[in-house]
Amino acid sequence: MKRYVIRKLLMALPVLLGITLIDYLLMCLAGNPLDMMAGPRITQEAIAFKAEKLGLDQPVLVQYVNWLGQVLRGNLGYSYKSYQPVADMIASHIGPTLLLMGVSLAVGLLIAVPAGIYSAVHRYRKRDFAVVTASFLGSSIPGFFLALILIYIFTVRLGWLPSSGMATPGTGGDFADVARHLVMPVTVLALSIAGSNVRYIRSAMLEILEMDYLRTARAKGMGRFLVISRHALRNALLPIVTVIGMQIPTLFGGAVIVEQIFSWPGLGLIAMNAITGRDYPVIMGVCLLSAVVVLAANLLTDIVYALVDPTIKY
Amino acid sequence: MNSHLAIVFRRFRKHRLATVSLAVLLVVSLLAVLAPLIAPYSPTRVTGGFSKPPDAAHWLGTDQIGRDMLSRLLYATRISLLVGALATVISTVIGVVLGLLAGYCGGWVDHAIMSFTDMVMSFPYILLVLVAAAIFEPGLWSIILILGFVDWPGVTRLVRGNVLSLRETNFFRSDIVAGMPRRYILFSEILPNTIAPVLVYATSVFAISMLDEAELSFLGMGVQPPVPSLGNLLNGAESITILTGKPWLWLPAGIMIILLVLCIYFVGDALRDAMDPRNDGI
Repeated sequence: MKRYVIRKLLMALPVLLGITLIDYLLMCLAGNPLDMMAGPRITQEAIAFKAEKLGLDQPVLVQYVNWLGQVLRGNLGYSYKSYQPVADMIASHIGPTLLLMGVSLAVGLLIAVPAGIYSAVHRYRKRDFAVVTASFLGSSIPGFFLALILIYIFTVRLGWLPSSGMATPGTGGDFADVARHLVMPVTVLALSIAGSNVRYIRSAMLEILEMDYLRTARAKGMGRFLVISRHALRNALLPIVTVIGMQIPTLFGGAVIVEQIFSWPGLGLIAMNAITGRDYPVIMGVCLLSAVVVLAANLLTDIVYALVDPTIKY
Repeated sequence: MNSHLAIVFRRFRKHRLATVSLAVLLVVSLLAVLAPLIAPYSPTRVTGGFSKPPDAAHWLGTDQIGRDMLSRLLYATRISLLVGALATVISTVIGVVLGLLAGYCGGWVDHAIMSFTDMVMSFPYILLVLVAAAIFEPGLWSIILILGFVDWPGVTRLVRGNVLSLRETNFFRSDIVAGMPRRYILFSEILPNTIAPVLVYATSVFAISMLDEAELSFLGMGVQPPVPSLGNLLNGAESITILTGKPWLWLPAGIMIILLVLCIYFVGDALRDAMDPRNDGI
């Protein structure tokens, strides 16, 4: 097991390096942060001085190697805009994002797993048809549109839920307050997770339901509930684990949009600001973090997979 | 081949919802393509009062500067369908070529292509798109290229997997033994046998591209006004007065996106069912 994990880790490293390199090249193509400060009142010398100070006068690859060297020493750099250390900025914004993503993933799976199993068990009946149709509807609604409609109904019309931020300004933000702020963003993310995964879990379950060992279990005269809960569900864990792993990048992306709309004080918000402001160190910090999270999720998926499925050799 | 198509068509027809969806898609596409002929006004010209609710002259009202919303909706649908279709074509072509190469060549070619695919796949999609959107001037053609160049990894994996399993079949082996040219094997034997799953997958890429276009344009990084797209028509709804008081400015575009994406998904689902060779019903 230990060797398996180490091998997987070693395989993930070059991918991580590749991602950061692509990031850096893309970002430099995107435009120079110095263009943003250029203006009638700034002299050419001042820009050149700034470029030298930030190391932007060097070739892109040299810049990348410098950045990488600093990162290996644990230094993510400083924001060009606010001069704050990038690590601090990420640290102060990662909590809300993890909270949002975690709760959304949990809620999404709580909808998708039972619905997928229910639909598979009642295959080709009206109930199955209804669940599948609903899941298609769930994945067809653009997240931002659903967010707008929710804001319209629950904030503007009914005045039940707050539409921005994570806590009411002025208050410390106790549990109930944060929960109220969480409802709408989580609904948007969870519905899109559930929508795309119900069908996946349904088809995985369908395959399992046709296996010989389930026919045997039924032939033994076991009750339907026991057959499904004891034999089928355990084997359905595998595809469910895969689903969770696959969700992480999507979730990260969805969070950027949702955070933007609901002014959720998370990573997505600083990422958007950094991208529009060409704040290189912050963009690289967020990209590096998201790449690490995604690769870690893949790794974890592989490990859990190996743990759950005794037939996988490692 | 013809009888095979007939069987696929007959199976497809059994899915009522998908048949209706296909009809809706065809009608909407036709309306979109014919937009210059049937739109009552120019989508960029001021033709009425500011933010007027729907009436006889302007069926869907007018926007903040007096442009006809129905005409804008028709043109926006046209643009969004164009973005979705072209992005799907680009990513499918890239995906198929890379997948064929990886599966057929094997060895280090396979390894290199799949590592690259993994990299693109494990990248938070929207960050890649946002960074890319910041590089190129945001606009119609850059959004098509961006979406086309980030959507392909799924296709690559699908095609590669298919090629790997086709390599084990007897007809593939007999081709090798008969000394058929590589080009013939790749394009006349392997490609036709992977077309069906790729086509099904492409429908979902189409749907996702349209959603992404809407999302990006909504954030102001996609299709730029005055060119209308379903996403940037919704952009105005971020302001609270429009959201609450002027639903004709954003509701039709939102409904249009959901309708189109839903129909595409239904058609794709029925296609998969109809083209599945394991499907016994005729």
